[in-house]
Amino acid sequence: MIEIRDLVKSYGSGNSVVHALCGVDLNVAAGEVLMMMGPSGSGKTTLLSIMGCILRATSGSVKIDGLEVANLRENKLPEVRLKHFGFIFQGFNLFPALTARENVELALKLKGMSKKTAATLLEQVGLGDKLKSYPSDLSGGQKQRVAIARALAGDPPIILADEPTAALDSQSGLTVMEILSGLARERQRAVVVVTHDNRVLRFADRIVHIADGRVVDGELTEERAA
Amino acid sequence: MITLAWKNLFHDRVRLVVTLVGIIFALVLILVQFGLFLGFMETSANIVERSGADLWITAPQIPYVNGGSPLAEANRWKVLSIPEVERVDRYILAWVPWKLPSGAIENVQVVGFNLQSGIGGPWNVVAGSVDALHGEDTVLVDELYKPLLGVTRIGQTVEISNRRARIVGFTRGIRSFTTAPFVFTSFKNAQNYAGGVLKENQSIYLLVRARAGVSAERLRAAVKSKVPELDVLTNAEMHHKTQFHWVFNTGAGITTLMGAVLGLLVGIVVVAQTIYAATVDHIREFGTLKAMGAANSKIYEVILAQAAMSGTMGYAAAVVIAFFAARASQAGNAPVLLPVEVAAGTLLLALAMCMGASVISIRKATKIDPAMVFRG
Repeated sequence: MIEIRDLVKSYGSGNSVVHALCGVDLNVAAGEVLMMMGPSGSGKTTLLSIMGCILRATSGSVKIDGLEVANLRENKLPEVRLKHFGFIFQGFNLFPALTARENVELALKLKGMSKKTAATLLEQVGLGDKLKSYPSDLSGGQKQRVAIARALAGDPPIILADEPTAALDSQSGLTVMEILSGLARERQRAVVVVTHDNRVLRFADRIVHIADGRVVDGELTEERAA
Repeated sequence: MITLAWKNLFHDRVRLVVTLVGIIFALVLILVQFGLFLGFMETSANIVERSGADLWITAPQIPYVNGGSPLAEANRWKVLSIPEVERVDRYILAWVPWKLPSGAIENVQVVGFNLQSGIGGPWNVVAGSVDALHGEDTVLVDELYKPLLGVTRIGQTVEISNRRARIVGFTRGIRSFTTAPFVFTSFKNAQNYAGGVLKENQSIYLLVRARAGVSAERLRAAVKSKVPELDVLTNAEMHHKTQFHWVFNTGAGITTLMGAVLGLLVGIVVVAQTIYAATVDHIREFGTLKAMGAANSKIYEVILAQAAMSGTMGYAAAVVIAFFAARASQAGNAPVLLPVEVAAGTLLLALAMCMGASVISIRKATKIDPAMVFRG
């Protein structure tokens, strides 16, 4: 689903060059929940951004469903994002002026799909009764579930989540991870989660530790190994 | 995207109100200033526009209709001999003193015209009648100037050029561009009132009407050949000459036009500032849209739709305010005209102003880095 080879991302030039990622190799398969951990500034979010075609690599190869995207022109990247990815953000990033339903409808419309499935997606995340609620009327967990429903709009094969439980209480965090984990297992989505939250590690099939821009180890969790 | 624009706009109502107030202020300024300009244009030469004459024969090089000088009556006979001419009327437009009840003097412009043809006479008579001007020393004035001239009723006797004058009617809406109102009377009466500047065998203008089927240009050529020492102007030329003098040479028109341009500039700045502030407020949302895969054009769509909606709403309120301002101005000396063409044109201007003001916001949106959504 995602194949990354010898990925380098640098900022600046000459003596002031900073290497955010230094030769990362990584694969993510369909049906897998991959968690990326590491200290702040280690390069997790940069890696997630490059995977999601939001940021361009300095060198290396990034293949999404077999399509090499590292050399794609800038104006082709939005199309790849629309087709292959659903994004979930730490701060939810919902549109405050839109209801839960309209937030999901907007994503569907961007992907050129019928708005009719918005209610179904919200029902799938347990928010069938909150269709007309505005983000300001929802709890943190509910907002993140709206964000998940939005990420699922258009049924993308890959879900990228940046600290999806960081702003949530423990129960809401578990609910969110159960939904994401269910997506991978039941619908064969590739789910990549950047997290610092040890409470959610049990939902991972594989945990990748990143430090100083390198993958220092990638271990299968006990459950997956078994 | 239109839904998002609409919802964004109404989500922050305080900002919407601030934006609309700015747009309304600018558009009302534009509409009223431009309406004043049109009012000036109309008032400055109304007496010519409504004269019904085909040609004006004048002393050489007069600057505008209110600045005529005497002509010998013999010229009238020369012109009457031209086959293309149907009739030639003597016409007086002269500045004369009007004595107020207080004893003070107010300058007026006496208009002496031929009562049989009515060429150059008053219009929109709302009390009394033009026929009543057949009486000796009778005059018609506009009801707008009643307070200025100390006139209260028909039949009132006043004093013009030390002669008696009796009010026999009132017109409505015949304004003078200067502070001196028009006083309509018969040519004969006007000769008496303008006696100080006019001899018995003189008039200020000769107004010519062509026979049916004769063009103004052909008529002019024929008349000019008979009186080459005088100026011969078509009605349109006299209208333009007078209008240009009052509106542009005096600076009055330029001042009002500059007011309208100022309104436009104020509008652009206010709208640009508020739309830019709204864009900055929503920058994270636009970043999210980009991260989700929206092309820049989708973001522009939202910004432009917000601008267009603001412009349309602001315009709707502004045109209502300007309409009432225009109506209220009809009772005053400086009418604000608001023809449908101007109102419609201002809508286009409002939209262009708001769209133009969005350019800075669009530049800002273009530079949004979608990776910002991952930065906390």
